[in-house]
Amino acid sequence: MNRKIRILVGKPGLDGHDRGAKVVARALRDAGFEVIYTGLHQTPEMIVNTAVQEDVDAIGLSILSGAHNYLFPEVIRLLKERGAGDIVIFGGGIIPEQDVAVLKAQGVAEIFTPGATIDSIVSFVRKMAEQRNVG
Amino acid sequence: MVTDKDKWREQFARSRKLERRFTTVSDAPIEPLYTADDLPAFDPDRDLGYPGEYPFTRGVQATMYRGRTWTMRQFAGFGSADDTNQRYKFLLANGTTGLSVAFDFPTLYGRDSDDPRARGEVGKCGVAIDTLADMERLFDGIPLDKITTSMTINPPAAVLWAMYLAVAEKQGVPWAKIGGTIQNDMLKEFIAQKTWVFPPEPSLKIIVDILAFAADNVPNWNTISISGYHIREAGSTAVQELAFTLGDGMTYVRAGIAAGLDVDKFAPRLSFFFNAHNDLFEEIAKYRAARRIWARFMKDEIGAKDPRSWLLRFHTQTAGCSLTAQQPTNNIVRTTIQALAAVLGGTQSLHTNSMDETLALPTEQAVTVALRTQQIIAEESGVANTIDPLAGSYFVEALTNRMEKEALDYIRTIDEMGGMLKAIDRGYPQQEIAKAAYHYQRQVDAHEKIVVGMNKYATPEEIKLDLLYIDEVVEQKQIESLKAVRARRDNDAVDKALATLEATARAGGNLMPPILEGVRAYASVGEIINRLRLVFGEYTDPGYF
Repeated sequence: MNRKIRILVGKPGLDGHDRGAKVVARALRDAGFEVIYTGLHQTPEMIVNTAVQEDVDAIGLSILSGAHNYLFPEVIRLLKERGAGDIVIFGGGIIPEQDVAVLKAQGVAEIFTPGATIDSIVSFVRKMAEQRNVG
Repeated sequence: MVTDKDKWREQFARSRKLERRFTTVSDAPIEPLYTADDLPAFDPDRDLGYPGEYPFTRGVQATMYRGRTWTMRQFAGFGSADDTNQRYKFLLANGTTGLSVAFDFPTLYGRDSDDPRARGEVGKCGVAIDTLADMERLFDGIPLDKITTSMTINPPAAVLWAMYLAVAEKQGVPWAKIGGTIQNDMLKEFIAQKTWVFPPEPSLKIIVDILAFAADNVPNWNTISISGYHIREAGSTAVQELAFTLGDGMTYVRAGIAAGLDVDKFAPRLSFFFNAHNDLFEEIAKYRAARRIWARFMKDEIGAKDPRSWLLRFHTQTAGCSLTAQQPTNNIVRTTIQALAAVLGGTQSLHTNSMDETLALPTEQAVTVALRTQQIIAEESGVANTIDPLAGSYFVEALTNRMEKEALDYIRTIDEMGGMLKAIDRGYPQQEIAKAAYHYQRQVDAHEKIVVGMNKYATPEEIKLDLLYIDEVVEQKQIESLKAVRARRDNDAVDKALATLEATARAGGNLMPPILEGVRAYASVGEIINRLRLVFGEYTDPGYF
């Protein structure tokens, strides 16, 4: 039997642009996932702590401040350090195309940039969930 | 008797029509035709008045753009103070008429560049300012009596404003001769923009300190820019933007009065800041309704005597959230329509967004097109030739009335909750906005709302733009420069100033004098805010979604 997939929607950094994070959190909840939203102004440590405590399957990071090249790798590094490197990392925000490729090479599963539909995000998470339940 | 209108209605009903709902971008329904029947009690003298006359529906000045074109004020800031100083000089050379400072997130949040929480953020979304030394370089070669400056700064507004005042002192410009604006609107931070440090009550107290200090010392400074911009960007409807913004303004006025200030001494220096979204008429109606609601509130409810206290003067920025990463040159067209709405709605100053802002901070080329857009509207289109040209339009007047009514309904709901602070505490405006944002996104995904180039007329090939990149070296250099300031300043003077600041905060005194003392001694933004944090505590996000 499939257990319910848990997603942490995280908002690292100092900016307050939480419109996208909240829309995605709501959409994933409406799609039947269990969603935890960290709230704003989280450090990578705070996000990783919550992820480990809540035993989530994936973390969606929303970053619109330009600090993505620091924040994504830092979350991934801390997860590995805590032995939680299997948690899937995806994200979105204002992230230039050339950075997307670099971040994916560093282990970010998917990046959704402006114009991405809710459905594309939900189906990404659904596909990821199926793989995890099989694996 | 069959009227001509009945005939039209019958013909309309019989005719083939498009199968879709006709609504504003805020999803407010719009009729196919407006007539005199939609304005049953219309009294132009009472409802509109004349420009510069109560209730100011038609504008706050008698002359409007016949007296002076709106201020073309482009928001800019990135990297170090030197980088931004260069951009300001570029903008001034190209005809911009007022400066507008964008600070980076650590500064906006009251953190120094060497704070662990600032890692990766220094100079990214705005300019990094740690101490007066940075502020001196930011305005190097720019005489503060010749320009006005708007600073988008909230929790540490008192500190950055004090730095600006100190730069004026150093330039030998008396405070009476400087003009500008600090955003200093904490209520909308809790509602929408979410840049906060202290809880709502002490935040409001600091704002009142600024109102009092400005009234006595810096008479031409706009002390609060009561902002709907961020509320709209967070996903609100136009009516919510109007209602929550005015609701915040009403709260500041009542707080000032409760602190014993004379309303006519501080209210004339309150200004507003609205968004300009795509729906041309909805936006124009919003600005017109805003002026009327504010005038009636200030005159009739508060009893302010000075007519300047009744004026809702406002800055407008075009809607960043309306821009698309796809086919970015289309954003020039969106921005043009939005800027037109602001001008037809009687704005006092305007920022037009650049086409590349969904991708990165704007390049010089993109900023130039944005500024030229305003110049074309002002000097080629002819729309500024006459004041409030849409007055008397059945549609625009009916929409103005409807938005006024719906905004007042929201304001009443908030009053019934015990006021805006209580409403924020319950998460009411936050959740209303989150609901509206989600509703809109669903409509876009379902193609009920069209975004050209994104959910319709999409093309596979991406247009490549040159983007502005902020070098990671900026952070390291800024940290070194802060260290150097700490090494060469008189640290005893800083300690003394910070001790006085803390004592004043504990005693409930006005914080502006000790903040000025600290700033003059080159105390940093972070040192001052951290000291106040000890007294006032810290707010954390309740995380409603």
